[in-house]
Amino acid sequence: MYKKGIYKVVANAPLTRDVYRMVLEGNTQWIIRPGQFVNIELDGLYLRRPISICDWDEHTITIIYKVVGRGTEQMSKMSVGKELDVLTGLGNGFNAEAECSEALLVGGGVGVPPLYRLAKELLAQGKKVSVVLGFNTAAEVFYAEEFRQLGAEVYVSTADGSVGVKGFVTDAIRESGVTFDYFYACGPLPMLKALCDNCTQRGELSFEERMGCGFGACMGCSCKTLTGNKRICKEGPVMRREEIIW
Amino acid sequence: MAKCLDMSVELCGVKLDNPVIPASGTFGFGREHNDFYDINILGSISIKGTTREARFGNPTPRIAECRAGLINSVGLQNPGVDAVVAQELPRLRKIFRKPIIANISGFSIDEYVECCSKIDKEEQVAIIEVNVSCPNVHNGGMSFGTQPEMAAEVTRAVKAVTMKPVFVKLSPNVTDIVAIAKACEEAGADGICLINTLLGMRIDIKRRRPVIANKMGGFSGPAVFPVAVRMVYQVAKACNIPVMGCGGVESAEDVIEMMMAGATAVQVGAANLKNPYACKQIIEDLPVVMEQLGIERLSDIIGIVE
Repeated sequence: MYKKGIYKVVANAPLTRDVYRMVLEGNTQWIIRPGQFVNIELDGLYLRRPISICDWDEHTITIIYKVVGRGTEQMSKMSVGKELDVLTGLGNGFNAEAECSEALLVGGGVGVPPLYRLAKELLAQGKKVSVVLGFNTAAEVFYAEEFRQLGAEVYVSTADGSVGVKGFVTDAIRESGVTFDYFYACGPLPMLKALCDNCTQRGELSFEERMGCGFGACMGCSCKTLTGNKRICKEGPVMRREEIIW
Repeated sequence: MAKCLDMSVELCGVKLDNPVIPASGTFGFGREHNDFYDINILGSISIKGTTREARFGNPTPRIAECRAGLINSVGLQNPGVDAVVAQELPRLRKIFRKPIIANISGFSIDEYVECCSKIDKEEQVAIIEVNVSCPNVHNGGMSFGTQPEMAAEVTRAVKAVTMKPVFVKLSPNVTDIVAIAKACEEAGADGICLINTLLGMRIDIKRRRPVIANKMGGFSGPAVFPVAVRMVYQVAKACNIPVMGCGGVESAEDVIEMMMAGATAVQVGAANLKNPYACKQIIEDLPVVMEQLGIERLSDIIGIVE
């Protein structure tokens, strides 16, 4: 279930040069799973902007976004106290109850945030959680420490080797020798594909697409899967590995 | 409220509680919006455009942001007329008790005829809306809707297989909208619905390529409202059949403006995507605006502008 509401910005600060963390205060009862997203109305822009949920509690929603265009640029300039019209509880999210004992969470760039809440939930179930975070360079790294503080084992890869393993997340997985029997991933499409090409375990992946409504009405973000046509915003953004057509 | 305000309208014998109808393609088969509010407040619903075969539609990206609107290039994604009849209509019946409008598209006269004759058997469907104006599929109707003879031919063929009122949904991407509307009327159309989207395009200047995978798509949203009002006005003045106005409607004031231009009922499209409560808001605001403007019966203002 999803609803529209008014949310107040209670924190909004940069984590890196162009990645920001925003905390919104309001009704969070419609958010039920990690990997769901919100859709935010912005001044002067026609379409809402979908942003994945990093974490939530009874009164607040934490989102992390990268400034990539006019919408996110506007968000980066918002002051505390600003009120936003937001749809919450959108998308199906990750299945934290999937059968597994050792989970691997793989995030690339701004694909990292939704894994944070997921890590929390998996750790609360007593599962072993390893996290591999991929970035271009050391200056872009965020949330590695936050994942460590939760109790997850964290590995970082950077394309230029300025921190962690030089290369991609798949290089970090190989070099670390991390063991897992299930994976969860969110990040750019080439990363998701490389991951699936390089491991045989079961898992689920979160996808991105340009959206119209964000709640399944317009069919703007459809994709084909082995289990039929899916809407990224509604049946997705998370899909099981075995249903994906690469 | 001092007086009893009457929002009801009648479209070819089909009585609607109010003139507000979500436009085809912005409301699916009602389920998504029904999660936000009880959709039974609506006048009717124009369901997702249906073709003979199931269609996935166009490649993504299918959506582009625009100033005061959006471009879509969905390309008539739908499960096909048989699945619509067997699955979607029964599911819709459970959440929406009123008569609906079935939107039909085709790639040939035969396809329009086959879809309409199947839909004709559905009691739930009060009106058939024949889409001769989808800009997003090659020959997917728009070619039928840009030439008066072709539009007339589709209309005649469809009218021969259904007893239900047939509204032809027209494209604004034409030089002379009146000629096409009149051709449909002469061919037996019971009403005209307009406008469908305007063919548009956006370019991603960083990547130096179109935003939409299919390059072009249908532009809609508040930016097109004046174009829609103008075309509704022209067609309503020239024809003697009812017009459903559509294009950029976002408020109760817009509904009234469209009706004054000549629309008997008004469809709301893009606004449903930006604000899922758009139609609910409009229906709740209508009596307030009617009172402000001294309108007792909404049907009194249809085409009141000379």
